[in-house]
Amino acid sequence: MDKPVILITGTSKGIGKALVAHYVALGHHVIGCSRNAVEWKIEGAQGNYQHYIADVTDEVAVKAMFSDIRKQYGRLDHLINNAGIASMNHSMLTPLTTVHQVLGTNVVGTFLFCRESAKLMQKKRYGRIINFATVATPLKLEGEAIYAASKAAVITLTQIMAKEFGEYGITVNAIGPTPVQTDLIKSVPKDKIDSLLNRQAIKRFGQFHDISNVIDFFLKKESDFVTGQVIFLGGI
Amino acid sequence: MEQKIIGIILHEVSELNEQLDHKVAIENGENAGLYGLTGVLDSLGLVTLIVAVEQAIEDELGLAISLADERAMSQKNSPFRTIGTLADYIVKVSQEEA
Ligand SMILES: NC(=O)c1ccc[n+]([C@@H]2O[C@H](COP(=O)([O-])OP(=O)(O)OC[C@H]3O[C@@H](n4cnc5c(N)ncnc54)[C@H](OP(=O)(O)O)[C@@H]3O)[C@@H](O)[C@H]2O)c1
Repeated sequence: MDKPVILITGTSKGIGKALVAHYVALGHHVIGCSRNAVEWKIEGAQGNYQHYIADVTDEVAVKAMFSDIRKQYGRLDHLINNAGIASMNHSMLTPLTTVHQVLGTNVVGTFLFCRESAKLMQKKRYGRIINFATVATPLKLEGEAIYAASKAAVITLTQIMAKEFGEYGITVNAIGPTPVQTDLIKSVPKDKIDSLLNRQAIKRFGQFHDISNVIDFFLKKESDFVTGQVIFLGGI
Repeated sequence: MEQKIIGIILHEVSELNEQLDHKVAIENGENAGLYGLTGVLDSLGLVTLIVAVEQAIEDELGLAISLADERAMSQKNSPFRTIGTLADYIVKVSQEEA
């Protein structure tokens, strides 16, 4: 069969960048987006990775991107809603602009990509959508109220969309990573990270391959009976 | 333009009909019932049709329109009753967005 067409959001760095490398290496047709251009090069990525500069909250830009994908491939097999931002701050010290940004990117962006992807996927009665949650939600981490709340919303979107899209052959699942060493958490003090790692059954940072391993499972054809689920890493 | 839109809807409905047990009576043309009292589509069928029509309108007329906004869903006289009412609604929406 033709290799899957996969769309990954937030690919300029961090986990998204690592996922691009992983799926390009598997020979998938990988499309990505972020607000900034990519500054990296992936071995063998020529022709197999296509980058869009788009903010996931910009409906016009996002729709134009989906329109391009539809014209180019006529289908979308996989969506990985990885783009996300965090705000690590006490609620009393969190400006409303930050609240809007976090909710915009994490909730509105995730919703928009799910909606547009499902429209494309339903034509072929096949699709896999993976959203990004976080252990901050079940652990109810202080200092991460708005971030954890935004990801709680992502979990609810995942569970309800799984029901809405099920009849179209589209599964919707989420992965909830533990801390992974990327820019997202670089401003979190070491003692906070250590105490978080200590609450995990397996006390170490998450690695990129821990994440791609779970996503690979959700993406499998054989996973067509797995939907509306959240897999948290690390044992929390 | 309305005739072109009716043609697009008819085409998309006939594609959808292939998947349906209760088919839309496209031989009735503009009067063919889609959704609601006189229609045969269930909500899933309606969603599939709306998405297909939006995409076809974009491909053939170069217009990116959203048909299923709150206004459409809450109108007393739903625009999704028949092929004709849907075509009227698309003309209206595309004129507003132009
Ligand atoms: N790292 C962790 O410890 C951890 C733990 C749990 C969950 N997660 C989740 O994992 C995902 C990836 O995080 P990460 O650690 O890889 O973060 P990261 O290194 O900060 O990267 C985030 C990516 O998202 C993109 N992005 C942010 N806002 C965007 C927007 N509005 N539109 C388009 N792209 C946007 C960024 O690119 P631009 O800046 O160029 O737009 C960047 O490529 C997030 O959803 C995060 O919540 C991470």
